[in-house]
Amino acid sequence: MKAAGNGGSGDAASPVTSTGPLLKVEDLCLYFRASNGIVRAVDHLSFEVGRGRSLAVLGESGCGKTSLAKAILRLLPRNVHTYTGRVFLDGTDVTSFGEERFRRDVRWVKISMVSQAAMNSLNPVLKVGGQVAEPLLLDHRMNKGEALERAREVFSIVGVPLPFMDRYAFELSGGMRQRAIIAMALVASPVLVILDEPTSALDVLTQANILNALKKIKQDLGLNFIIITHDIATSSELADEVLCMYAGQLVEHSRAEVFYREPLHPYARKLMASVPTLRMEKRPEFIPGQPPSLLNPPEGCRFAPRCHKRFERCQEEPPLFVRGESTVKCWLYERG
Amino acid sequence: MEEKALLSVKDLRTWFELKRWGFLRTGFVRAVDGMSFNIRLGEAVTIVGESGSGKTTLLRTILGLARPTSGEITFDGRRMDGRKTQDLVWLRAHVGFVQQDPYGALAPFMTVNRILREPLAVNKIRDDEQEQRIRAAMDEVRLIPVEDFLNKYPHMLSGGQQQRVVIGRAMILRPKLIVADEPVSMLDASVRVEILELMRKIQKAHNLSVIYVTHDLSSVRYFSERVFIVYAARMVEKTDVREVVRNPLHPYTQALLNAIPDPEPENAGRFRDVPAGEPPSLINPPSGCRFHPRCPRIIHGVCDVEEPPEFEPAPGHFVECWLYK
Repeated sequence: MKAAGNGGSGDAASPVTSTGPLLKVEDLCLYFRASNGIVRAVDHLSFEVGRGRSLAVLGESGCGKTSLAKAILRLLPRNVHTYTGRVFLDGTDVTSFGEERFRRDVRWVKISMVSQAAMNSLNPVLKVGGQVAEPLLLDHRMNKGEALERAREVFSIVGVPLPFMDRYAFELSGGMRQRAIIAMALVASPVLVILDEPTSALDVLTQANILNALKKIKQDLGLNFIIITHDIATSSELADEVLCMYAGQLVEHSRAEVFYREPLHPYARKLMASVPTLRMEKRPEFIPGQPPSLLNPPEGCRFAPRCHKRFERCQEEPPLFVRGESTVKCWLYERG
Repeated sequence: MEEKALLSVKDLRTWFELKRWGFLRTGFVRAVDGMSFNIRLGEAVTIVGESGSGKTTLLRTILGLARPTSGEITFDGRRMDGRKTQDLVWLRAHVGFVQQDPYGALAPFMTVNRILREPLAVNKIRDDEQEQRIRAAMDEVRLIPVEDFLNKYPHMLSGGQQQRVVIGRAMILRPKLIVADEPVSMLDASVRVEILELMRKIQKAHNLSVIYVTHDLSSVRYFSERVFIVYAARMVEKTDVREVVRNPLHPYTQALLNAIPDPEPENAGRFRDVPAGEPPSLINPPSGCRFHPRCPRIIHGVCDVEEPPEFEPAPGHFVECWLYK
């Protein structure tokens, strides 16, 4: 089932309105109020994603990956303390939109999301097809017939047999449910889809099948993905670029060829060294210590206490340095 | 095969009965359906399989938590399928269990001290020896300084530390076998290797046998000697850990290895060659070889008719596949 080459630039979901980056995030912060202080889940994050490029967001659990997705989509819980920064989509500052306009024009229309373990949150008493079509029925975007027709289209894109549309969630296997959820994210023809751990609860073969389906979607529809995962090997299946997070901050943003071969930041290097591989004869290593609490992150570089390359400079917080096409938050790269 | 097996399992079947309507039996879930293997003293074995392939039921049967329908289990020379109470007590003192989710496996209202004391108290170990064993165990799983951890509750520990407590509890009775059900799947990548290395060290130091159950072949291959591949309640391939990577024989094993990515930027540009479809239902498994509906190398008229027996194409490499007749 090898499909060589790219299958045409395809039916682009939405007309291109500008030539800049598709997504630009500027100084994004998302802090939560907790009983014992303020949790800085996303702490001054800035990055860009080019058109047609997919970004993998990597990091250990609790480093703010999912909060980043929620901040982009403005799916905020009630205990938000601070939510600042700007998000540009196609050159438009969507953070300036009011809640109603954001809901109508951006969320699920331009940017959709497959959240973690979403396959377990399908409504058990509704047929799957109807649930997938539902986003199209909001605001009378389409009538029911058209919406179901569109749902049928996306079902065939993600590889779910059409008769499954009339089934209930419990009649579908895990892999098929996950595909249905992906169909739901694609149904409104968004330009950007955020996938939060899209395969982590699935078996190895099913995982590979879903990733094949996602790759095909990426090729055929020219979609942008942001894939959030802690599984580094899986992320390499979809990523053109990698954004590595540590303790709520961006530590490195590099092209996939750089990141998976020779990342720059000491944390990213250690992280890559901890990935066990099947084909290479390399013994995996581990990073001693634990990530800091986001309640009271250490002053200066947050990785410094675990870093084997730390020096005096690390007591100050490093800015983002540009190295070739990468940006890296580490004093080691201060000079060029 | 080998004489000095610590655990020997022969043609084990564990079936669960479905709902019964009066006298009418509707069927069975054949979670373990004819598995045989031996585990030597001091060796670590990984059992790899998808969810629902019966690997956890196999573990539960070995631990005496599920009743086998038929077959033999012999542990350290003693038959274990009779299920007498004194047998079970003896078995559980000699087999340690490391659960998948460390937080779920530790009682939230007990301190580390009490958690580790419990198995000693149950097995009537003297008080002064209890104290000494708890300290030794905590030292061994690197929960040091011991005083800092003795009076902590599980929620005060990180995931890696919780898993260390679980490992400490599993080995505090000095078992001969440790059974670990996905011991690192709930932990972060950077901590996983640390925990696996710790288990390896303990295994070597005490000459323990270890059974890992996992679906993640790449992380465990450095920490075990042999691999058993499970598909739809059968053990389809048993071999050396190096052989399985270099020379996988069963088409399912080959598919599995094809499906596991290494972190390489080239992955994004190519599709993986994996069989479509899902593992079969264990209520009505397919006739013949259970992998035949998905198998790319099926021999029609053979694979779909007769269940393959175990072949040994190379010494110590066992495979249930007609290709190696």
